[in-house]
Amino acid sequence: MKPESQVKETHYVDLEDIWVAYDHKWVLQSVYFSCGAGEIVGIVGPNGGGKSTLLKVILGLVRPDRGTVRLFGEKPGKRGLQEVGYLPQISQAERFFPVSALDVVLMGLYARIGFFRRPDQKDRETAMEVLNRVGMADHAGRPFGALSGGQQQRVHIARALAPHPRLLVLDEPATGVDSVAQEDFYRLLAELRDAEGLSVLMVSHDIGVITAHADRIACLNVEIHYHGEAQACMIPENIARVFGRDLKVMVHDSRCATCFRRHSHE
Amino acid sequence: MSELLALEFMRNAFLAGMLLSTVLAVVSFFVVLRRFSFIGVGVAHSAFGGVALGVLLGVSPVLSALGFSIIVANAIGWISRRKEISTDTAIGIFFALAMALGVIFIGMSGRYNVDLFGYLFGNILAITRQELVIVCVLGILVLAGIVLFFKEFLFIAFDQEVARVNGVPVTLLDHFFLTLLAVAVVICIKMVGIVLVSALLVIPGAAASQVARSYGAMIGVSIAVAVISTTGGLILSYYADLASGAVIVTLAALLFFIAFGLGRLQKTPR
Repeated sequence: MKPESQVKETHYVDLEDIWVAYDHKWVLQSVYFSCGAGEIVGIVGPNGGGKSTLLKVILGLVRPDRGTVRLFGEKPGKRGLQEVGYLPQISQAERFFPVSALDVVLMGLYARIGFFRRPDQKDRETAMEVLNRVGMADHAGRPFGALSGGQQQRVHIARALAPHPRLLVLDEPATGVDSVAQEDFYRLLAELRDAEGLSVLMVSHDIGVITAHADRIACLNVEIHYHGEAQACMIPENIARVFGRDLKVMVHDSRCATCFRRHSHE
Repeated sequence: MSELLALEFMRNAFLAGMLLSTVLAVVSFFVVLRRFSFIGVGVAHSAFGGVALGVLLGVSPVLSALGFSIIVANAIGWISRRKEISTDTAIGIFFALAMALGVIFIGMSGRYNVDLFGYLFGNILAITRQELVIVCVLGILVLAGIVLFFKEFLFIAFDQEVARVNGVPVTLLDHFFLTLLAVAVVICIKMVGIVLVSALLVIPGAAASQVARSYGAMIGVSIAVAVISTTGGLILSYYADLASGAVIVTLAALLFFIAFGLGRLQKTPR
């Protein structure tokens, strides 16, 4: 993790006093949030707490009713969206779509390829490289619909990584991915952060996993209840404010054998 | 066969049929992937209002149908982007409104002797040389539009949100596609008619989706299904003296069921 001062100088994401309402109900209320260069920020909170909405506000997919959004110091949509890799929340595996895993990863490069041009050999090589990184190179030619949910998720992640974004925005990246592949994936994120200064914003309802892998945490339930060092988020008082009093937390880290077993039964 | 092709109107019909079915097959590829079937039905039926408007104003029904359908297609796209109304509700309203307006326009024009049946059910054999030229030029334009933005259309169909985040102008391209769809529908009205054209927007792509696993193969099969049913339908309808549009659609549906069966065979482990 970078020192705090350096992080502040180069904010990739800056939200100030964001308010969003759906159906006359506030889903985000006065949210302040930031993410600097080269840090992994986890966003945790209960379902319906506005986690996905927060990501969409950052990406410019949802316009806030109030407040200012800055992405790489500018309004979202103006510039820089090509420097963002986005993994939306996937509810179920795609059953049929006539593309291969490689085709899906190539989509991540379309913006760079530009209009009226087709992907060339070099683009294909780039895509294969990323597929290899997520352990899916052997499945490159297979129809996307024939892959398992976890494999599809890894291909989606490869697509988000393909254009070498500066910021990766992940909505529930662990969906359907088994625990070993999850550990590999979080290790890959840390590698990219250290080597290329990649920033990662990830949302999860699994507070244990997030605290083990994020540099900083934001606890969100309509309002931000905590935004800071990952470990401090585990203070019972913070957890109770966000999730309610009844939640039990299993602290997860890579050495925790019981966690692995628990996850593998899911 | 040679006796068929000796007739000029039959030659025109074959030429138009093959080009138009290729256009519909390629549009159908995206209609099926994006689940736009009902939009196709809505746009096709709205063309009736356009035809009637042309009759009322004394302009070419094809031109007025073109304008009318493009407006309705884009209106459906615009409304379905809003949260207040779902897409199928929006289509249900527009489609009924356009048909109702059509009936009103015809009533106002006082001309009940127009060949409405020809527009509703198609009469490819009545296609004139001039119409053939217009239809071919527009058909090629539609194909070119899809080829130029194929990669972006595919991305949007697969994952609209990520496409948007990656800087693909999703809203603009959506409206462009709906416009292409409206043009494709109107130029095919002469061939199969308002009532049946939507079938050719769905069936070729749907049949191809049962057997193909790559997009290239799916487009190929889609074109094959459309061209075989159009040419086959024309020949059959000529000898059996039946309405060409109805025979074409029936043949296409038959091919769909065959593809459906083949697809199930593929999936069963041996």
